[in-house]
Amino acid sequence: MADLKEAAWTLTEADIDALEIGAGILGTGGGGNPYIGKLRAREALRAGHVMRVLPMEALGDEDRVVSLGGIGAPLISFERIKEGREGLRCLRALEQRLDFTAAAVACEEIGGQNAMEPLITAAMAGLPVVDGDGMGRAFPEMQMTTYSIYGHSSTPSVMCDPHGNVVTFDHAITEKWHETMARACVIAQGGASTLASAPMTGAFFKRFAIPGSYTQAIGLGRAVMEARQAHEDPIAAICKREGGRHVFSGKIKDIHRHFRGGFNVGEAEIEGLDGYRGSQAHITIQNEFLVFRRDGEVEVVVPDLVVVLDLDSGLPITTELLRYGQRIAVLALPCHELLRSEDALAVIGPAAFGFPEIEYTPLPAKETP
Amino acid sequence: MVLRLGIDVGGTNTDAVILRDREVLAGVKRSTTEDVMSGISQALEAVIAEAGVERDAIDVTMLGTTHFTNAVIERRALDPVAAIRLGLPATACLPPMVDWPEDLRAEVGGHAYMVRGGFEFDGREIAALDEAEIRRIGSEITEKGIRAAAISSVFSPINREMEERARDILREVCPDLPVVLSSEIGRIGLLERESAAIMNASLLSLSAQTVDAFDRALAEAGLNCPFFVTQNDGTLMGADTVRRFPVLTFASGPTNSMRGAAFLTGVKDAIVIDIGGTTTDVGALQHGFPRQASTVVDVGGVRTNFRMPDVFSVGLGGGSLVQGSPEDIQVGPKSVGYRLTKEARVFGGDTLTTTDIAVASGMAEVGNAEAVADIDPALIAAAKEKIAAILEAAVERSRVSPDPIPVIAVGGGSILAPDRIGDLEVLRPENFAVANAVGAAIAQISGEVDRIFALEGRTREDCLAEAEREASESAVASGATRETLAVIEREDVPLAYLPGNATRIHVKVVGEMGAFQDG
Repeated sequence: MADLKEAAWTLTEADIDALEIGAGILGTGGGGNPYIGKLRAREALRAGHVMRVLPMEALGDEDRVVSLGGIGAPLISFERIKEGREGLRCLRALEQRLDFTAAAVACEEIGGQNAMEPLITAAMAGLPVVDGDGMGRAFPEMQMTTYSIYGHSSTPSVMCDPHGNVVTFDHAITEKWHETMARACVIAQGGASTLASAPMTGAFFKRFAIPGSYTQAIGLGRAVMEARQAHEDPIAAICKREGGRHVFSGKIKDIHRHFRGGFNVGEAEIEGLDGYRGSQAHITIQNEFLVFRRDGEVEVVVPDLVVVLDLDSGLPITTELLRYGQRIAVLALPCHELLRSEDALAVIGPAAFGFPEIEYTPLPAKETP
Repeated sequence: MVLRLGIDVGGTNTDAVILRDREVLAGVKRSTTEDVMSGISQALEAVIAEAGVERDAIDVTMLGTTHFTNAVIERRALDPVAAIRLGLPATACLPPMVDWPEDLRAEVGGHAYMVRGGFEFDGREIAALDEAEIRRIGSEITEKGIRAAAISSVFSPINREMEERARDILREVCPDLPVVLSSEIGRIGLLERESAAIMNASLLSLSAQTVDAFDRALAEAGLNCPFFVTQNDGTLMGADTVRRFPVLTFASGPTNSMRGAAFLTGVKDAIVIDIGGTTTDVGALQHGFPRQASTVVDVGGVRTNFRMPDVFSVGLGGGSLVQGSPEDIQVGPKSVGYRLTKEARVFGGDTLTTTDIAVASGMAEVGNAEAVADIDPALIAAAKEKIAAILEAAVERSRVSPDPIPVIAVGGGSILAPDRIGDLEVLRPENFAVANAVGAAIAQISGEVDRIFALEGRTREDCLAEAEREASESAVASGATRETLAVIEREDVPLAYLPGNATRIHVKVVGEMGAFQDG
């Protein structure tokens, strides 16, 4: 344990500010508003808690890592804010139930508010957070992590709400079943709960987690902050860092929203501006921005990242803050290779989201310098 | 024919204009006074005299003010507020005002209370309202001399009953306490809505005094026409509304100056620079309307979810200090502010300001030009270059395309603007100095619908169309002309998992004020 602590680096309030932006970008509109999470993380730091991020390679093969995050509708997490110790209650209940001691906490989903939850819970528990996650972005469902895709069984798991209710999911026959049952339970608990999954071994995590997620998200946030300070184009800074493309600029002319099976499903119509004048674009939203079409043609599709930014500030806009008349830039960022295997595409490819007619054509991968 | 009186009460100046239909008959600028009222009276008398119209011929008065925004920004004249949130055990990790700047929180007393109560998204109670705790807070409010309360319940935009119940209990304990409910002000998003409610509560004494001062100034000037105040989206509200909801005036200043600039020039797409004494506000006009900020907007360091123009401020104005040498010149952000007419060289003072540079270089004729005749021409050139560079950077930030749209310079300090900024032509309309007051005078009438529709058996489009029709009728009933109506807000939030597929629809329609019926 002592060597794990030494390998970790400590987060400052400035890192949390950068993480808010970076997690927002990687959230592709979903994963909950990182602002609320940032405030909670900041309050935890100010209360004297220490947040440490542990490089993945510092993890021992036999170490037990618990991945956790919020589950529910973003709109609700924005209004019915958490009690605050849901994650800690999950972790402790899971350790007690399975009689083990966690060496570190891990992140389910680096995109959105779920980037913050592991840091807050780990800080309260006196543990580090491993520098990796299960998505490298945000996805709407739990079975969509690389952990689940590559064979980890996420049950037994524990779900907690602000009231103090603790629910244990003993066994799910598939990861999708776990998701379905958890989703039903979230609604009963008021629509925004916290869930900790069964522990993974260090060996599994090092092989199948998306590596370096916190470093990446904080670096991305810093790139935007620095570009804005230097009055440079933050959109170009993001593309440069992540090997992405600026695919559209426009004004939102309509948003249809409806609920389907517990998800906020929406369609945004965008009218082109600047160099895109005369073009019409369309984004399909299911908690995250999933498909980007220009003039009817699919240009970017999940699992690659469709990122929506405020055209001027370069700050990410979450799906629930999207409004009529907003001026936005759309970016396409390539996802990690772990999300592009046949196994992965079966779970998080276009067909898995109800678009069997769309064939996934990967964006050119990020160039490694 | 319609005669409108537009007044803009800023931090430094109080401007007044009289418009006959689309013609500006007169425009004057006077200093804002400590009591607000005498500054308005002076401006009123001057503009009526200059326009040469009969007082009782004036049909309507529109007033724009940055008074309430400035109070928050400058942290003054704010009442201590009891910020009461109904939501425990949820929300405990982030108490009210958690994201406010420390000094502003201290200014309103930092009285944050979290109480059991609030609703879940589906209408269940998070907890029953802790009525005993509300009563206890009531006694504490009395003991501590807290002047107002703001009550915010989780999910009150969907169900405001608990906020109302808490208010009624509080009033039993403190009968005269002004109470603001978050559901009256904002939408989903607890922290932003709660913050707006708290700021609003802290401004209630100031708004009562200010509206009284407006009333008295108008009555003493013998004006008996209806009087409206402009909101942040460029539309009007009645005096009673501003008394209860002063936060709705936030950012109305930039909105008025941009709409005034569009009106005075007839240009619909432009960058507007409003140069005051200390700062320059820069924003973009699109189709005659200020471009709206798409992210949350800070007011005095607090996040709000009001609809506001996207305005960028830089520290350059007519009173900005000019310091250093031609090789190393500094212009602003320090300014002599409202003391310009005493401290600038051309007005007999000994501080070198940007106004002195404008006079010395022949760009403007104010004060005594001889007082600046001895300034080193190299210093003048360097200062002019610096001013142009500051403006160019600000304009570039607001520019949205390479199209060569004009820059419209308004505000008292616009004598500083060169004839071109970068590759863009600068327009300086007549009456540029009082564009704010013109913007107030031409403010629009709005109609709004914000309620829950059941989608059962009908489409979303049907419901939106019905809401739009209702909002339009309400705008027309308030005096808008039908041909000018435009939708500025259109939002629907499905109320998740509710039976009957309910959705909350918010539509706001605006239009130009039509002719008044005689009598």
